[in-house]
Amino acid sequence: MFRRLVEPAGHVTVTIDGRPFSVAAGETLSTAMLLAGFAGLRRSARLGRERGPFCGMGVCFDCLVTIDGAANRQACLVRVRDGMAVQTGTRLAALADTVPE
Amino acid sequence: MMPFDLVIVGAGPAGLRAAVEAAAGGLSVMLVDEGREPGGQIYRGSESGAFAGTAKLGPDYAAGAVLAAAFRASGVQALFGATVIQIEREADGSFCVSVATGHDKAVVIRAKVVIAATGAQERPFPIDGWTLPGVMTAGAAQTMLKADGVVPDGPVVLAGTGPLLYLLAAQYAALGVAIDTLLDTAAPGNWRRALRHVPGFLASRYAFKGLGLLCKALAATRIIRGVEAVAAIGDTRLSAVAYRKGATERTIPAHVLLLHHGVVPQINLTWSAGAQHRWNAARLAFEPVRDASGQTDVPGLFIAGDSGGIGGAQAAEAEGALAAFGVLRMLRGTAGDDDRTERQWRRRLAVSLRGRAFLDALYAPRQSHLSPPDDVIVCRCEEVTAGDIRKAVRRGAMGPNQVKAFTRAGMGPCQSRMCGLTTVAIIAAETGQSPSDIGHMRLRAPVKPVTVAQIASLSDTGERSAVD
Amino acid sequence: MSPAPERPGNDCDVAVIGGGVVGLSLAYGLAKTGLTVTILDEGDVAHRASRGNFGLVWVQGKGLDNPDYASWSLASARAWPVFADEIEAATETPLSYEQRGGLMASLTEQDLDARCNDLRRLHNRGRDCADFERLDAGGMKRLLPAIGPDVVGGTFCPHDGHVNALRLFNALHAAAASLGAIYRPNATVEAINCRLDGFSITGAAGEIRAGKVVLAAGLGNARLGPMVGIHAPVRPQRGQILVTEKLAHFLDYPLGTIRQTDEGGVMIGDSKEEVGFDNGTRHDVLAGIAANAIRIFPLLAQAQVVRSWGALRVMTPDGYPIYDRSVTHPGAYLVTCHSGVTLAAVHASHVAGMIASGDWLPDLTPFAAGRFADVPPPG
Ligand SMILES: Cc1cc2nc3c(=O)[nH]c(=O)nc-3n(C[C@H](O)[C@H](O)[C@H](O)COP(=O)(O)OP(=O)(O)OC[C@H]3O[C@@H](n4cnc5c(N)ncnc54)[C@H](O)[C@@H]3O)c2cc1C
Ligand SMILES: Cc1cc2nc3c(=O)[nH]c(=O)nc-3n(C[C@H](O)[C@H](O)[C@H](O)COP(=O)(O)OP(=O)(O)OC[C@H]3O[C@@H](n4cnc5c(N)ncnc54)[C@H](O)[C@@H]3O)c2cc1C
Repeated sequence: MFRRLVEPAGHVTVTIDGRPFSVAAGETLSTAMLLAGFAGLRRSARLGRERGPFCGMGVCFDCLVTIDGAANRQACLVRVRDGMAVQTGTRLAALADTVPE
Repeated sequence: MMPFDLVIVGAGPAGLRAAVEAAAGGLSVMLVDEGREPGGQIYRGSESGAFAGTAKLGPDYAAGAVLAAAFRASGVQALFGATVIQIEREADGSFCVSVATGHDKAVVIRAKVVIAATGAQERPFPIDGWTLPGVMTAGAAQTMLKADGVVPDGPVVLAGTGPLLYLLAAQYAALGVAIDTLLDTAAPGNWRRALRHVPGFLASRYAFKGLGLLCKALAATRIIRGVEAVAAIGDTRLSAVAYRKGATERTIPAHVLLLHHGVVPQINLTWSAGAQHRWNAARLAFEPVRDASGQTDVPGLFIAGDSGGIGGAQAAEAEGALAAFGVLRMLRGTAGDDDRTERQWRRRLAVSLRGRAFLDALYAPRQSHLSPPDDVIVCRCEEVTAGDIRKAVRRGAMGPNQVKAFTRAGMGPCQSRMCGLTTVAIIAAETGQSPSDIGHMRLRAPVKPVTVAQIASLSDTGERSAVD
Repeated sequence: MSPAPERPGNDCDVAVIGGGVVGLSLAYGLAKTGLTVTILDEGDVAHRASRGNFGLVWVQGKGLDNPDYASWSLASARAWPVFADEIEAATETPLSYEQRGGLMASLTEQDLDARCNDLRRLHNRGRDCADFERLDAGGMKRLLPAIGPDVVGGTFCPHDGHVNALRLFNALHAAAASLGAIYRPNATVEAINCRLDGFSITGAAGEIRAGKVVLAAGLGNARLGPMVGIHAPVRPQRGQILVTEKLAHFLDYPLGTIRQTDEGGVMIGDSKEEVGFDNGTRHDVLAGIAANAIRIFPLLAQAQVVRSWGALRVMTPDGYPIYDRSVTHPGAYLVTCHSGVTLAAVHASHVAGMIASGDWLPDLTPFAAGRFADVPPPG
């Protein structure tokens, strides 16, 4: 769906839905996920339909993912960090899962 | 904490120039942007993006690095990755600016004056299937290009109208990225309506730049004009794009569809701060009402750049300077030591606005795309269709606030950024009222979602940690 | 379609002024009796508390010093299930009305004792009043597993419930329309005058002639009331509310200040502020509301707030409703209250019935406007 034009300076590893991916250091998370083949990132709240990145600038709230336990964060406004754990497919966030220990 | 003289929201050309000029005039300035570095939309990534320091995205883009460097040298304090969620004017005339600063934290920054330079967003282009993964905006694709050097692969279709659509096509062409089809949805009559603005256009920098753009994009891409009824097709993700031209309907395969319908001011913050906004019939958008320095009817609240009305990067920068001079005059009684500079910026603003009317007319969207058929989702968050909105209007909801109460359109996390203008267009078409009489649905703080913990930390005791 | 007005010179039998939940409930009830009804309302931008309320059908703590109001609220809560069924059937709109009981959480023993004493005092007055139960921290935890350690206990009232407030608003419009009631937006009323056959009501929509007129204009009643000889000195009282993104279901019962809607959003509110007609929000007030919510349900800290708003309650000087009929202008009625959702069921049945028949039953006499004769008009 997407490809890289510029070779990245370095790589970091993020875990998406439990699987490790090597991604460009400092890349936007939504970009990294599209490159990794994740088109749909969550489900819509009412009808449960697949949604993916849309506006790329933080205004549409469709690229919501769980990042390191925090639900419904905008993947287009976050850069990848080494060790970041990302979860997709959320429809209604379950708060109990996201309370810090 | 001592209040700042000036808080600036937004680090695009408008906010950066305002910061540089205000700091040069001796003001204490705090700049806040939710992005990760200076640049805003046009200059995104000019410090550390994939094409930083290169001319591959054109000379306009390269200017961003210069401005960012001037900003870094100005000594202005800045909070990046921080979102302004509310601006309130206090009884004493000063401002409380509530800022979400990261996980679970928010602070209140106090300021004597505020400049909002929050820029533009793309006009919603609601078509059948636009919620499918694989459908994105042209701006999103351009942001991926600037920030990460990433481009679409496989069959790619661009659809819509507006200079940015052609700019993206040209930028892709220059980089050797193939686009399968560009579906131009501008109404065929636009050329005729734009004609009377030709003299202004020819006197503008767009004339040269615009033609260059078109040529590049034209040469490399299959462009289909006069297109209507664009629809995204797919089950759980995009597989094809359908459209109509004249009497023929076609479907073409696509992995990525990039939509664009022009850009409009981001008004959530300034509307929620109480500034008056007005419908601009030529630009089909609501804009804040401002004086020559950009000051709104909320005394001390200035607006500069595209969030005040679309003028492009150079106009934004000039407005940023003029707003800073206005602030200096307000707080210091003088606009710096030299009126000439202010006059120069005013001239640059006038020059950079030439040709805009031509572009507005040429790239105006079609009515059938502004007010889509019944089964198209208008509010992406609450999944409200155009038909739902029409039904509410027929039940007596004559404006967007009552439509919102009846349908929930505009109540989701995007806070009507994706459905507000379409809702107004549908009400206008149904009732025959003008958007200027209809108005926009009320916009409120927090202008972006924040956690309950962040709201809780807005008590005044949280203020200490504001800047340290 | 509804029949023609009883008197041929009129446009309708009854004109209801105000398209909030109070006016709509009455309009629906009046249309049900077979009368032709026109609802006159302001436009899109208006103070309309019905678009900004909390959605509770609530009796707990209502009328602590006024047993008439306590039993009136309870009567409405009892009538709500039938009312909800009826509206749902007429409109095919699910109201998501639930009446499993509601809770108030206490963060100190003192607060809990005081609350229980109040509720007991009311109960002991021997009238038909709501039952309640005192719960300790463990009792609260059983009903609300997400409750935080700061909560020492609370009270439970089995009659309390909640409803999707916007769907109720929408459905009342649809239900009234389904019985032939006509809704006229952008029809701000400026003057009400007596005619031989009833009233001439004039304003933004021209003249409407009606046999009877019902003033249900919320805060507008302060200005309109005197036009029919009823002094209704209502004032705005602001409440601020936060609502979160839609979340997986975790709250089985509504609390007086926190509830999860059927769609998943959690509403958190609401303040009581005397700020005139300012319906904005304040960061410091919202901060206090948010902090309190986190103490009650710590997991809410991580929830994202997608909207906040301020809305103006319609408040009488003593906080209780006004139900009155005009002596000087027979056929004119005034209805106003600050719990129009809770009281919607009795408004649609009892009150609409009384207005239709003209028989004013003793239930409503304690709520006559005369009790405010000495209160100066607001503003
Ligand atoms: C997606 C997109 C792409 C564009 N690309 C081009 C282009 O390539 N060439 C061109 O000539 N024009 C482009 N434009 C038009 C562009 O708006 C102007 O040219 C120029 O960027 C305007 O400058 P500005 O300073 O007014 O706003 P912007 O450059 O948009 O800067 C606004 C800044 O405000 C920040 N912001 C907004 N709201 C908040 C908030 N609540 N809290 C904190 N920060 C906030 C944003 O993060 C952003 O950095 C684009 C517009 C869009 C929407
Ligand atoms: C924050 C908040 C939370 C609340 N929570 C609850 C709750 O949980 N449970 C509950 O039972 N109640 C609750 N309420 C109260 C409930 O919303 C109100 O009782 C109810 O909305 C009042 O209804 P109303 O129809 O009288 O007034 P409104 O809803 O204000 O409607 C008045 C109508 O009259 C119209 N009008 C005014 N003047 C004129 C005129 N001159 N001509 C024509 N039309 C006119 C207005 O435009 C408006 O449509 C809450 C209220 C607030 C503010």
